Amino acid sequence: MSTGHHTSLGLDSRKIAFWAFIGSECLLFGSLISTYLVYKGKSLVGPYPHDVLNIPFTSFSTFDLLMSSLWMVLALAAVQRNDMKWAKVWLLGTALGGLIFLGGQVWEFSHFVREGLTLHTNLFGATFFVLTGTHGLHVAVGVLWLLTLLVRALQGKLTSANAMTVEITGLYWHFVDVIWIVIFTLVYLIQ
Amino acid sequence: MSERTGWKSWLTTVDHKRIGLLYFWTAFGFFLVGGLEALLIRTQLARPENHLISAQTYNQLFTMHGTTMVFLALMPLSVALFNYIVPLQIGARDVAFPRLNAFSYWVFLLGGLFMNLSWFVGPLFHAGTLSVAPNGGWFGYANLTERQYSPGPNIDFWLLGLQILGVASLAGGFNFIVTILNLRAPGMKMMRLPVFSWMTLVTSFLIITAFPVITVALAFLMFDRFFGTHFYLTSAGGDPVLWQHLFWIFGHPEVYILILPAMGVVSEVLPTFSRKPLFGYTVVVYSGVLIGFLGWGVWSHHMFSVGLGPIADSVFSATTMLIAVPTGVKIFNWIGTLWGGQIRFTTAMLFSLGFIAMFIIGGLSGVSHASPPADLQQTDTYYVVAHIHYVLFGGTVLGLFSGMYYWWPKMTGRKLSEPLGQVHFWLTLVGMNLAFFPMHLIGLLGMPRRIYTYPAELGVGNLNLVSTVGAFLIAVALLVFIFNLWRTRTRGEIAGNDPWGGATLEWSIPSPPPVHNFDAIPTVHGRMPLWSEPEKMKQHGPVGHMHVPPGSIWPFVAACGLPLLASSLLTHRLWLVFVGGAVLLVGIYRWAFEPFEV
Repeated sequence: MSTGHHTSLGLDSRKIAFWAFIGSECLLFGSLISTYLVYKGKSLVGPYPHDVLNIPFTSFSTFDLLMSSLWMVLALAAVQRNDMKWAKVWLLGTALGGLIFLGGQVWEFSHFVREGLTLHTNLFGATFFVLTGTHGLHVAVGVLWLLTLLVRALQGKLTSANAMTVEITGLYWHFVDVIWIVIFTLVYLIQ
Repeated sequence: MSERTGWKSWLTTVDHKRIGLLYFWTAFGFFLVGGLEALLIRTQLARPENHLISAQTYNQLFTMHGTTMVFLALMPLSVALFNYIVPLQIGARDVAFPRLNAFSYWVFLLGGLFMNLSWFVGPLFHAGTLSVAPNGGWFGYANLTERQYSPGPNIDFWLLGLQILGVASLAGGFNFIVTILNLRAPGMKMMRLPVFSWMTLVTSFLIITAFPVITVALAFLMFDRFFGTHFYLTSAGGDPVLWQHLFWIFGHPEVYILILPAMGVVSEVLPTFSRKPLFGYTVVVYSGVLIGFLGWGVWSHHMFSVGLGPIADSVFSATTMLIAVPTGVKIFNWIGTLWGGQIRFTTAMLFSLGFIAMFIIGGLSGVSHASPPADLQQTDTYYVVAHIHYVLFGGTVLGLFSGMYYWWPKMTGRKLSEPLGQVHFWLTLVGMNLAFFPMHLIGLLGMPRRIYTYPAELGVGNLNLVSTVGAFLIAVALLVFIFNLWRTRTRGEIAGNDPWGGATLEWSIPSPPPVHNFDAIPTVHGRMPLWSEPEKMKQHGPVGHMHVPPGSIWPFVAACGLPLLASSLLTHRLWLVFVGGAVLLVGIYRWAFEPFEV
């Protein structure tokens, strides 16, 4: 890795790689979301979106994920000024935010299954579970990543020298958050 | 890891040059496998009503021939050149992420082996045959690939293998984008970048944007086959055309992923052997970028026969004709480069010239597909097979051979034999035209592709025989090439730093280059540093201690997790998910926390 070395663009290589990765992920979610939209209203049997989607509940999950993005910003700011006490607090907060979101998703999924909506019930079930499940998987990876950073911080191995690592974690976390806002709008709000 | 010999050092290497060689030999091996499949296909088709090969085996052969050549041979052969040459061309000591690079290679190797295991593991799946190789064609159209129509593990091997290979391509794509954008030598502005590196950059962008789409398409198929969804099944309102859209949104950029590296090679070889700078460098670069963009807007020309309606057909017809423009521009620039040059007809040069001529033929038959009424006559006939082979063999393969002859001295220190090379070239050129040109006629006369035999009354028996003779001629040419490689190991002429009088940075350093590539990173002031200021580019021996990154086993370990995960789906064994996931996680964590600095 070329941290601290001369680079042509004057940017950290990992950061460029990560932006490229985000571009690539846009195509991944773009394909999933397009499929959801193309298949909207094509289900032959119910339950249909308006039968099961619970906007107030998911609004809470969305709010929680948005807040975790704020805590991520605070965590990065704390690491950058080498305030490791608050860094730990905010990293933990961000990870907890992610965990709460995942808990909500587990509850939502199992609720849908009880209502009779599974992967193979209809096209809505298939496209919904694969789209939101892929997003949930991204959140889970993010939580694992944040907890790893937290453990490193508790071990005293995460300092302001690693600010770039935390910044990249933040990029990932905010990206996952933005994707959720798109999904929330297109899947839940505009039925 | 300090020692650099023995098999362990290859398992842990993070040196872009050694990874380049690993890529080359692995991809070349798969190229031979794909070639063998082609010979079996051609033997079966040599005469009408032939029953040498069963219809079932024939399906597996053409599927694996296409899949192998595209994903296991041509792409990774290009990546072999990216790996070896790009860091040298831009004046870097390695790629941006050496261990990620090793990871790409191991994932590619394991993915390729995973898919090819399907030839031998039938008994494990109680299939009644030795082979359960994929049999749905290289673009695996739904709903033929669904469980109810393809109940065996054949399609599972295909889709899981492609998912694994996608990871390798994506990781490589990120790596080369960052390497080229960020590790250029001082003074090497983007518009001083050698064209091969430029095309690597465009190709890498296409890879990271196109592969997520096929990942999703394959994931849907995976869910359909393993978890009972109906993404591509009309019985529940699904639409098999969705697969076609997703596949070709990936598939058409993929075509440019295959051809742009070869265009990059040609843009290096022609100037060197004409002793002239590339004519219209800027236009060539921008044409390449434009092809990259337009490549995204033409996918439905693969789907005219679906009946998408007059508006969609007209739009995609127009964009397809449009993309011929930057391609044509490049061809005129190459011809302009030759004009008035001091041409040396080395083997590398001959292959590049062959590329131009053959690619023009492939390009012309391509434009004829752009017209929906004509395309409807050509769809699923041998005419399309002729077209794809003129662009991918006449284009990509000839371009890659040109690159191999050109850079082999750099990679090994010895020049390949020129006389043998000339024999290789002429046999290849004659062979490919015998093999592929008759296919235009065979197709227009009405022979469909992917049918294991044909009646004598169709009147295409002789043309098919000629095609088969051509295929075997290509095989003979390949044997000459292999003999050349083998002979050059000990008897090839010593190359020295710059056997061809090249203009770019890779020729300023010894062949093969030292581990650290450049003793001192050069500062460049133009596009052709070795022609404009050769004295300044001389290397003066290592200054002080050259820090070389240590090797790592963890990229290999992490890569092993992926085929294990794929096997869990293939064999419906949940415990394998945990084993594969654990191996992947341990690999990634050990890799992430390894003490490591460049």
